[in-house]
Amino acid sequence: MSIRHSLLALLSTGPMYGQQLKSEFEARTGDLWPLNVGQVYTTLSRLERDSLVEARPGADVALRPYTITALGQAELATWFRAVPGDEPPPRDELVMKVMLAASVDPESAADVIQSHRRQTLEAMHRFTRLKALDGATVATLMMCDAELFRLEAAVRWLDSVEARLRSGARLTPGRPAVSPGSATPSTPEAGGPAETPAGRRGKRAGAGR
Amino acid sequence: MTAAPPPRLALELVSRSFGAGPTAVHALRDVSLIVPSGEFVAVMGPSGSGKSTLLTIAGGLDRPTSGRVLVDGVDVAGLSRARLAGLRRERIGYVFQSFNLLPALTAAENVRLPLELGGVRRRAAHTRALAQLEAVGLADRAGHFPDDLSGGEQQRVAIARALVVEGALILADEPTGALDSVNGEAVMRTLRRACDGGAAAVVVTHDAQLAAWADRVVFLRDGRMIDQTDANPAIPHGLLASGPR
Repeated sequence: MSIRHSLLALLSTGPMYGQQLKSEFEARTGDLWPLNVGQVYTTLSRLERDSLVEARPGADVALRPYTITALGQAELATWFRAVPGDEPPPRDELVMKVMLAASVDPESAADVIQSHRRQTLEAMHRFTRLKALDGATVATLMMCDAELFRLEAAVRWLDSVEARLRSGARLTPGRPAVSPGSATPSTPEAGGPAETPAGRRGKRAGAGR
Repeated sequence: MTAAPPPRLALELVSRSFGAGPTAVHALRDVSLIVPSGEFVAVMGPSGSGKSTLLTIAGGLDRPTSGRVLVDGVDVAGLSRARLAGLRRERIGYVFQSFNLLPALTAAENVRLPLELGGVRRRAAHTRALAQLEAVGLADRAGHFPDDLSGGEQQRVAIARALVVEGALILADEPTGALDSVNGEAVMRTLRRACDGGAAAVVVTHDAQLAAWADRVVFLRDGRMIDQTDANPAIPHGLLASGPR
């Protein structure tokens, strides 16, 4: 979350004081992201240093309304259109946990998956209750929806992982068999019309030894 | 002293098998579920986990191989066919994937049907039907026939018909499957309000956003109930003062 660009966005609607920026930010994000006023003033002074905003001259910092500059407007327009976050995306801890659980202990992977599914649904329930409150603002509904879609994606991913594991899918593709009595063909002659991609990978790996 | 009212629905160690011997299919195995008045329960699970079987057994449309089903404290196994039909008509509102509307009746006529069959006078039944249609956002479609309605609208008529029974036990199978997210949410809000007002609902779904409207989510796998969410007893209905944790 870029507080810097959020403040620029608010200032693009007109000049504002620090305290006013804090309350506007919270109202527009459905009160889900509280912001402390100290963060607001620190950020404003950096924006001022970078010539992205201007403050009306005055002694008391709380009484100085801030205005966005032309440079600030340009920076904001670029930020709105830029891909959020870093490329490649950061590692998702849930994904890492489930992948590791499934690979080190497939027997208990279903329990790990169900535990995350249950907790994710409990979180979804809390956001849904928030949406159901009388007087929920459109900003609150939009924020809750964003969280709900994100959490729903996690549940759907967990469902798909479970389905894959139940279908007997292997986590490590086409590793050639080590035991001599294995049913998996790993000799170079084992090609044929029924050959699977996994079989081909196994054959290459086998031939490389 | 009066005893506490029985739960709207109680399943006690319900099992349902199809066939016998080694080829038998066990659709439900020892499932127990209690739904008191005012509670909204979602049932989640992959295809073939027994979700729909649970719903048809809860509504008396199918009988368990073993175990008991009680609606408002009445064991449905002991009822004659006529008494069971009466119980279904007067206490239970169904919403199924196929909307099951009568094509020769208008939306309002479909909605008031369970009331009229239960002996409510036509004019009173019509007034209640119109109020329910308004609650699901279809006040202006009351005079339309099902064929003139979109799939989503037909589903909402079916929901209005389920809700029109006073204090209904609502049994719904993927009730928003045919709706877009905005209409789906409107339907869930309607079900939520009905339960906050004293109805009870069991909704089968694989949609997590839908299930999140329920007080409690139970999870089925291979006919067994394997887990359930915390019903959040600390949070009173309609109030979430501290917001998401």
